[in-house]
Amino acid sequence: MSTQAAFSAALLDTDLPCPDGLCSANGADPASRFAVYRNNVQGSLINALADSYPVVMQLVGDEFFRAMAGVFIQNHPPRSTLMSDYGSELADFISGFEPAASVPYLDDVARLERLRTLAYHAADALPLSQERIATVFADADGLNELRIGLHPSLYLLDSNFAVVDIWAAHQHDATLAGIDLNQAQHALILRNGLEVEVFNVDLGISQFIRQLKAGLSLTQALASADAFDLGQTLALLISRQAITHLHHKVSP
Amino acid sequence: MSIMITSCDHASPRTRAALTGLPPRAGLGLKTGHFREVLGSLPDIGFFEVHAENYMVAGGPFHHFLGLIREAYPLSLHGVGLSIGAEGPLDVQHLKRLSTLIERYQPHTFSEHLAWSTHGPVFLNDLLPLAYDTPTLNRVCEHIDQVQNTLKRPMLLENPATYLAFERSTIDEAEFIREVIRRSGCGLLLDVNNVYVSCINHQRDPLAYLDALPLHAVGEIHLAGFAEDADSLGDRLLIDDHGAPIDQAVWSLYRQALERVGPVATLIERDNQVPAFDVLMAEAQQADELLLCAGARP
Repeated sequence: MSTQAAFSAALLDTDLPCPDGLCSANGADPASRFAVYRNNVQGSLINALADSYPVVMQLVGDEFFRAMAGVFIQNHPPRSTLMSDYGSELADFISGFEPAASVPYLDDVARLERLRTLAYHAADALPLSQERIATVFADADGLNELRIGLHPSLYLLDSNFAVVDIWAAHQHDATLAGIDLNQAQHALILRNGLEVEVFNVDLGISQFIRQLKAGLSLTQALASADAFDLGQTLALLISRQAITHLHHKVSP
Repeated sequence: MSIMITSCDHASPRTRAALTGLPPRAGLGLKTGHFREVLGSLPDIGFFEVHAENYMVAGGPFHHFLGLIREAYPLSLHGVGLSIGAEGPLDVQHLKRLSTLIERYQPHTFSEHLAWSTHGPVFLNDLLPLAYDTPTLNRVCEHIDQVQNTLKRPMLLENPATYLAFERSTIDEAEFIREVIRRSGCGLLLDVNNVYVSCINHQRDPLAYLDALPLHAVGEIHLAGFAEDADSLGDRLLIDDHGAPIDQAVWSLYRQALERVGPVATLIERDNQVPAFDVLMAEAQQADELLLCAGARP
C-alpha cells in the first residue's frame, strides 16, 4: 500500500493503527501526533454535516448526531472536494440506521434539509414579469401546449409525515407539541431572491408541479394530477418568482 | 513547461508584481456571516480572501454577495482542495472549476497548499503532510506546472503546518520549498503561523527556518491563531486551527518577516469560532500598522 493509501485508510477507519514510517523530532509516539490529523478529518466532516442538517441534529441531540455522523463518514467519505455536496446520501443512510428507527420521520427531515441546500446553491435564473405571464395566459388558444419553465432551485418532497411542520417548528426553538406527526405532507422548496422558502402544498399541487418540472405541457400536467386549485397554484409560483420561461412547443 | 520568473535574492517590486496584484495591506477572509455588514459599511480593508471551493456552486447568495464585494475590493482566491501533493493525478474537473471561477472574479492572486487532501476518489477535507524526497519533489513540480499552465498565471504555494514527519524524508522542508519555487516559478504564500506551529512541533528555530525559505518569492502573507495540545511526551503540540486570535509569538515573527521581505499583502485568517467583524478589523489594523512601519505607503 502506498504511503498516502495507508494514511488515508487510517484517517477514516479509527480502528486502524497509526501508519508505519512516521516519526516525531522529539521522539514522541507518532500515534499521538497522527491523532491530530484523524481528529481534524473526523471533526471537520462531522461539523460539515451538522451545518447542513441542523434540524436533524436538533431532533436527535448533539451526541447522537455526532455518533451517527461518525458511522456515516466511515461508510460514505466525501467523493467531492465541494463540502456543499457532502452528505447527499445521509437521508438514505438514516433510513437504514437502526438506532434512529424510533424517529421515523428523521430521514424525510434530512431529505428536506438536503433540498434546501441544493436550492440555496442552485443556478440563478430571471423570473418572468407578471405582465409577460398575464399576456401569455390571455391567449386561450395557446394554453393547451403551453410549457412552464420553473426556477432551477425548485424542488418537491413527498413525505408520509408532517415534514414541513416538523422542520418549521425547529426554526423558532419550538417543540413538536400540536403537530400531527403522521399527517402526510408535500413540501415545495425554492429560492426566492436570496432566501430559500419551504411551503406545505396539497398532493395535487405537488403532482402538477412535478409534471411541469418533467417538461409536460400545462394540459398534460393538469390531467395527471389529483384535483387542486390551479389559480392559487399559479399565483403561488408567480409570487415566489418561480416561473422563468413560458413557451409553446408540440410534444415530441 | 514552467512559467519563468526571474530568480533573485532580494525582494524586488517587479518580481512581486508578477506574483501578486494585491496591495501591501492587511486583508480579511470573507465570512458568509459578514456579507451584509461588509456591503453595508464598506470597511477600509486592503483586500478580501475566499476559499475557492466554497464558490464552486452554480448560483445563489454566495455568488451574489461575492460579485458585489469584488466590485469594491481586491480579491485573493485561496484553494483548499486541489491536493497538489497527492500521489495520483490532479483532478482536471477541479482545475476546470478553478479556471471558471478565476475567469469570473479575476482575483489578484491564486494560492494553494503544499499538502495533499484527496486519495483516489476520496476527499479528506484536511491538509495532509508530505514525505520530502525526490519523487515527491518531481510530482509537486509537475502538478504546479499543470496548474499554472491551465490557469495561465503563476500561483502562490503555502508553506504547511505539520504535526509529524516521515522516516523516508531526505530533504528538509525549507529546502524542498525553495527547490519547488525555483523549478516551477510559483510564488510563496508565507504563512507565518504555519512557520511558528511547525517549528515548535518539529523543534526547529523559527528564524532560521524563515531565513531558509525563498523569501524573494513571497507574494502574500497569512497570519492566524493556533490551538495548543500535548504529544505522548507532554511536549507542546500546536494545531493550526484558525480558531483563536493571533498569538504574540506569531506577531513577533511577522515583524521579523516584514524586516526581511518588506511590506506584503497580509491576510488575517479566521475559520473557526469566528468573532464579530470588528474584532477581525482590529487585528487587520494591527497588521496594517506593522506594514506601514515596514515601508508601505499609507
